[in-house]
Amino acid sequence: MAGLHKSDFKNPVVNWIDTRLPVFTMMQKEYGVFPTPKNFNYWWNFGALAMVSLMIMIATGIFLAMNYVPNSTMAFDSVERIMRDVNFGWLLRYVHANGASMFFIVVYVHLFRGLYYGSYKAPRELLWMIGVVILLVMMATAFMGYVLPWGQMSFWGATVITNLFSAIPIVGEPVVQWLWGGFAVGNPTLNRFFSLHYLLPFVLVGVIFLHIAALHITGSNNPLGIDVKSDADTLPFHPYYTSKDSVGVCVFLLLFAILVFFAPTFFMAPDNWIPANPLMTPPEIVPEWYFLPFYAILRAVPNKLGGVLMMFGSIFVLFVIPWLDTSPVRSAKFRPIYRILFWVLVLSVIVLGMVGAHRPEGIWVVLGRIATLYYFAHFLVVLPVLGKMERPLPLPESISRPVIGGGPLPGGATAKPMEKV
Amino acid sequence: MADTMSATHGAAPHGQPDGGDVTKRDFLKLLAGAGGAVLAGAIVWPLVDSMNPSKDVLALSSTEVTLTPIEEGQGITVSWRGKPVFVRHRTAKETKEAEDVKLSDLIEPETDAARVKAGHSQWIVVIGICTHLGCIPLGNKPTDPRGDWGGWFCPCHGSQYDTSGRVRHGPAPLNLWLPPYAFESDSKIKIG
Repeated sequence: MAGLHKSDFKNPVVNWIDTRLPVFTMMQKEYGVFPTPKNFNYWWNFGALAMVSLMIMIATGIFLAMNYVPNSTMAFDSVERIMRDVNFGWLLRYVHANGASMFFIVVYVHLFRGLYYGSYKAPRELLWMIGVVILLVMMATAFMGYVLPWGQMSFWGATVITNLFSAIPIVGEPVVQWLWGGFAVGNPTLNRFFSLHYLLPFVLVGVIFLHIAALHITGSNNPLGIDVKSDADTLPFHPYYTSKDSVGVCVFLLLFAILVFFAPTFFMAPDNWIPANPLMTPPEIVPEWYFLPFYAILRAVPNKLGGVLMMFGSIFVLFVIPWLDTSPVRSAKFRPIYRILFWVLVLSVIVLGMVGAHRPEGIWVVLGRIATLYYFAHFLVVLPVLGKMERPLPLPESISRPVIGGGPLPGGATAKPMEKV
Repeated sequence: MADTMSATHGAAPHGQPDGGDVTKRDFLKLLAGAGGAVLAGAIVWPLVDSMNPSKDVLALSSTEVTLTPIEEGQGITVSWRGKPVFVRHRTAKETKEAEDVKLSDLIEPETDAARVKAGHSQWIVVIGICTHLGCIPLGNKPTDPRGDWGGWFCPCHGSQYDTSGRVRHGPAPLNLWLPPYAFESDSKIKIG
């Protein structure tokens, strides 16, 4: 394997580097000429958007950490100092805090896109599972980040979530004390959460690298869910999808900016402007919106251990759906029944989110249980059974057929994809 | 814009019909490049600026010093912006020595009058940081070594300053810096 790389780059400096470390060749191969299905719709933007979100979070986070003090007596004040005294500190914090929400919106869309178009099916099972790992790491990172401002919601959120582990039989209590580094959430907890909150994003970068590496082995899925048959089905990633992603990034940044500049506290809980008080719980504890569905599942079960298991199970079930789904057809476009039930799943998650935001009383309890039931039934019953019963619509011969030759396109049937100039 | 372009180039609005002329694509590339540069700058600047001194740090940028307790021949060190500032009450002899030095004897020629406030020549106020590599020179206390010129002596590399804070012996290249300050009354100064 040893030996210099034969580089095609003309620029002498680029060539010199590329001969010794072919990063330019790699980028050209993976992001320049990389053959990409030509029928992507805008739902395929969300992977790139997630990457942009992560970079924004890391950049703002590094600069916030320069002014944040991870000490239980100073954390709250240091955040206020960031808001008032540090140059552009308000901007850094609002971008970072709302960036978490934007990141989750983007990732949830990315995830549901995968569910709709069957992106988890062979040969992309591992790619999908790595994606679920990314989701879990993101959730841990977001949770610990929310603790850092050390307001009432931070403190009691940390208390409630860490106490989930007390549901583990026998070792529950020692585990929770180990997590806390004490007998309640306190300074040691804050210190370690800060350390891990700084570490995990870089773990994310590593796992995302694997996610993308796996993607570039299997190639992207596409809205038709059928395999790429020939070169006529693909376009080079650049300039076609760099351009298309750029459009998405502009829209994303626009919405992000509206949130940051016009409604920066939209997603924030007012109680978190009260410094943490270990002797008083706020009247209503609500997690951040992106955890609400899981919180609702936790509360839907009237049993401590059962609720915790169901909550973790709701994410872990995603790991095995490549094997639960028995249908060989990927895209919901050709699965008339699955297409409907997919939206029922989306509805159930939205209902769970609403349930999570309300006090568990009256109708919300019932709704929470029905939605929880459907959530699990969708994966554990619908996916295996439906694949065997459903009669899919006929699949197109290839990606290029329905795009350029499929319909009565006057004069378009012979059109060739535009060549890169 | 598009109309002008296609009018200029007639039949082939996207190509380069008359060789080397500016095309619409060139324009768009430049526009996109310039837009990208502005955007990148707008993104980077808040990050960079957040590392500059914050408002609470800037708020500490002035310090008031009451001079009454400082006896002749004594000096005190006060903190201004986190840096030591020497405030020294010179004796008449020290003041005269500082004033009588020939400028040609100095490493960085500067008169004593330019380094004190008119009418308050017994007070010398300097930033107590050696201009060599940033150590704090000795000599504020009468018991400290003050060097051959009776001012300050830096223990790190042996630089010596006279009673006006002017460097008389290297390796320091410059006189001790002067902080901005003003007399609020005969017995009180405001630094910064």
